[in-house]
Amino acid sequence: MKKRYVLTFAPEVVNTPLTYNLIKDYDIKVNILNAYISPGKQGKLAIEMESADENINRGLEYIRENGVKCVPLVKKIGFREELCVHCGSCTAVCFTGALTMDRQTWELHFDHEKCVICELCTFACPLKLFEIDFVE
Amino acid sequence: MSVKKTYSEINDKIKQGKAVVLTAEEVSKMAEELSPADIVKKVDVVTTATFGPMCSSGAFINFGHSDPPIRMSRATLNDVPVCTGLAAVDAYIGATEESQYDRKYGGAHVIEELIAGKDVRLKASAPGTHCYPRKEIETDINKGSVNEIFMFNPRNAYQNYGVAVNSSKSTKYTYMGTLLPNFGNANFSTSGELSPLLNDPFLRTIGIGTRIFLGGAQGFVAWNGTQFNTSKPRNDYGIPECNAATIAVTGDLKKMSPDFIKAAYFERYGVSIFIGIGIPVPVLDEDMAKAVSIRNSQIETTIMDYGIDGHPSLGMINYEELQSGIINLSGKKVRTAPLSSINKARIIAGELKKWILDNEFSITEPVQLFPENTSLNSLK
Repeated sequence: MKKRYVLTFAPEVVNTPLTYNLIKDYDIKVNILNAYISPGKQGKLAIEMESADENINRGLEYIRENGVKCVPLVKKIGFREELCVHCGSCTAVCFTGALTMDRQTWELHFDHEKCVICELCTFACPLKLFEIDFVE
Repeated sequence: MSVKKTYSEINDKIKQGKAVVLTAEEVSKMAEELSPADIVKKVDVVTTATFGPMCSSGAFINFGHSDPPIRMSRATLNDVPVCTGLAAVDAYIGATEESQYDRKYGGAHVIEELIAGKDVRLKASAPGTHCYPRKEIETDINKGSVNEIFMFNPRNAYQNYGVAVNSSKSTKYTYMGTLLPNFGNANFSTSGELSPLLNDPFLRTIGIGTRIFLGGAQGFVAWNGTQFNTSKPRNDYGIPECNAATIAVTGDLKKMSPDFIKAAYFERYGVSIFIGIGIPVPVLDEDMAKAVSIRNSQIETTIMDYGIDGHPSLGMINYEELQSGIINLSGKKVRTAPLSSINKARIIAGELKKWILDNEFSITEPVQLFPENTSLNSLK
């Protein structure tokens, strides 16, 4: 199965090759979606992990043991949907197809599973309804 | 003999609850099976609508006098400068004017907050005169505290608008939204067959004095809009090939709803405002029946390259293709995105239809039609 997480690294673990270990020791396919790492500061990494449930759970345990915070990616995307006017501006930049217009109702549809938190929608939305708690 | 109807005949039917009112989408669907000659017999009024960003918008306000009185020469609302070059406590707040402290907050946001009934902070200064001795004032105002506040938008509801693409190597941040490099997307901003001025392309029924839906209240067409242009080439259905006619509209902001006026900020462009407009088009005769029958496949517009100065044309495309989500641009599949809300436009067309059916809204014959044979001047 596939699961998406945002990992937050404390400055002291930024140099640990956690991704490598996840792949090698836990047999997890890791797809890096977005990353923000600056030397001496907290780092953030958005990843998709694909493997058997057991492997993913063990991998998460390993990451947490190393002092890395691990939050499901969906919780990092804030969308104030109730204020949306369904203009469609955000769909112009959403290359993964997470944000699409329903061609019948012309309502915006947001498929969290497809979002890679590229952050383009946060700029494209004229009402500024998207907030991504990724880069602090 | 073909059917002809007058405005007063249609209004009588509205009063008697006998008028047949359809939205522009409903009549376009009907036109797949019925001819204009049939439609003029069946349908009396067609409701059209749009809900898109329209920068050329704003509101006149009369704040009321203070004691002692002030003749404001500089004023801000929530730190957004307003135009005070009018009488003592009259002002105009433009939608795109930016706050002195926050580029992403502007006149549009102040207007939306006023419509929502919120307090906004007025700060004003003046040199002081014998009859207006006061030099400064700072106080809260809201739509209940001011004498008049009416929207007056010099240019709204463009008749057609070009599609924006970007051939360059870098992202362009424009009033047509974010344009990704190498033709990464194509943005369009007209509600197609629902759009008001596309359902009356020669402006036979929309003119000065036409009663309309404006921001959730009844408003009026005040004048032809700025940059009003009737000289654009037209296709076989009378549709101009890109932006052409416009309308200036006015209405009582105190009666409007924040559901139909929304402040916007376009990245690295600035503040703008979504305006909800609905216009009833009376089906007076077969020609008007043909006009309101227009379908997305018959409405064409120009593709413009915002990656090159002067935005050169890259050809024509119709709204059926644009609304499908993907267009073919010189062999490349390009994703399309709307900037005006078709969903909201539908709600407005439906709301206006309901007003007419409930006999709360009558149609108006223009007091005067718009000028003909106009074209645009440019700065030297």
